[in-house]
Amino acid sequence: MGKQVLVIEDEPNIIEAISYILSRDGWEVKTHSNGHDAVEAARARGPDLIVLDVMLPGKSGFDILHEIRGDAALGQVPVLMLTARGQNKDREMAERAGASRYMTKPFSNKDFLDAVRDLVRS
Amino acid sequence: MHDRSLIGTRIRERRLQQGMKQAQLAKSAGISAPYLNLIEHNRRRIGGKILNRLADVLEVEAAQLTQGAEAALVATLNAAAAGVPGAEEFAGRFTGWARVLAGKHQRVEVLERNLRILTERLAHDPRLAVALHEVIDAVTAVRATASILVETKDLEPEWQARFHRNLNEDSGRLAEGAEHLMRYLEAAPDTQAGIKTAQDELHAFLEDHDYCFAGLEKAGEAAIDGIITASDMLSSDAGAGLAREYLLQYLRDAQRIPMNRLLEEVARYGIVPDRLSAALGADLACVFRRLTALSGDVAGPVGLVICDAAGGVTLRKPLAEFDLPRVSAGCALWPLYQVLAQPQVPVRANLKQAGPGGIRVEAFAVAEQVRPASFDHPAQIRAHMLLLPGTAMAGEARAVGTTCRTCPLPDCPARREPSVTGQGF
Repeated sequence: MGKQVLVIEDEPNIIEAISYILSRDGWEVKTHSNGHDAVEAARARGPDLIVLDVMLPGKSGFDILHEIRGDAALGQVPVLMLTARGQNKDREMAERAGASRYMTKPFSNKDFLDAVRDLVRS
Repeated sequence: MHDRSLIGTRIRERRLQQGMKQAQLAKSAGISAPYLNLIEHNRRRIGGKILNRLADVLEVEAAQLTQGAEAALVATLNAAAAGVPGAEEFAGRFTGWARVLAGKHQRVEVLERNLRILTERLAHDPRLAVALHEVIDAVTAVRATASILVETKDLEPEWQARFHRNLNEDSGRLAEGAEHLMRYLEAAPDTQAGIKTAQDELHAFLEDHDYCFAGLEKAGEAAIDGIITASDMLSSDAGAGLAREYLLQYLRDAQRIPMNRLLEEVARYGIVPDRLSAALGADLACVFRRLTALSGDVAGPVGLVICDAAGGVTLRKPLAEFDLPRVSAGCALWPLYQVLAQPQVPVRANLKQAGPGGIRVEAFAVAEQVRPASFDHPAQIRAHMLLLPGTAMAGEARAVGTTCRTCPLPDCPARREPSVTGQGF
């Protein structure tokens, strides 16, 4: 059984592509596509890694990350944040909110896989 | 088939792919920029030395520039799948699909370049941010999907079909999004073309009705839906929503000041807001709004600007003598903003907009509390400024602007950005 990754993202075709490359890489992939109850979903799944989009319907990715970091069970889970903006401000906000790593869209599949593998190794 | 006549096009494509400027390439290859421009537009045939030098700088085989077709396709595929082997085989076996993919990749590159430019504007325009977010999501999906198609050996046919369908879907969204963005960027602030905001729609709707809804005053709230549906100006839900809010306010005002009473008092006092307010037993803000519903034959031209506590203009009924900016904030010297600081004190002032052709207007401003403050919320306040042409007031007129960017007022302490019209006039 591979490690489990939870992908929190609202764009169906991105979910499909990401899920495909992750499962081919040996991951067990779970997905969730709205902000409201993303933290509950993460608690229920107990993933080894979370991929989190910044712009979600219902709640901002930063708020979700903040809650994840404040949660006893999820606090230590590595989080890879995806954002559409490469601005330093967003990177700083992501770092302050406790993101383990930050990637801007669009990304290459290879960089994405490298990042994901790195995060569970370290 | 090798079409030598398109060498220039291939050079140009390759140069753009490398993100190189024409002048840069020309210099490195030791030719003049105008000459390179002719070459790139296939208006000069080249070969030998120059071709080799260009190919060197562009880091491609000269043959790739002369042969084009498959060679160029392979080059694009290689760029799309950064370093993954097998592009030649893919292009050879599935030439059609490879072209689709290469086309998508080039499209993605163009869009990515546009995105870089647009991202810088993101912070300044929330409407753009939303449109861009859409495009970025589509680009992200296209990039991940295209790369799976190229890189995955023995991709199952069902998945292949699925990813092709996704690509098709996303490229459709991209095309639409890109068009949307280009239209927006090309549209000058004062043209009718381009993306209309809900605010633009509301104002087109109001102008169309001349700010008067006599039928609504008779029929009441039930008529609102009909008026909105019948209008060609309200194409978005957001625009219709603003129109509904406007009409509800219009009805409340009409109940407080019925049209026949307003006409009687206007006949008695003229357009004198404080007298009308006292005679009608209604507050000034309500009187201002009601005056905009009067026909020009009775009241003459009447302008009105309403803004919220942040200074954001929510309604503008223009007066020919006084320019109102369409997008940016107005002039800090307007009484409109003055009354936000002291909501209980109405202000009356003669204004004259700086610049050639500035004409005196009479302005009446008052703020109105729409919702009282609580410990959790500030009070919701709306400022109104009624504008009448000419002036009944004696004395000096206050020199004001339209908005800083187009205002020639010299040494203005309230200026927030330099004027594009230069100092003085």
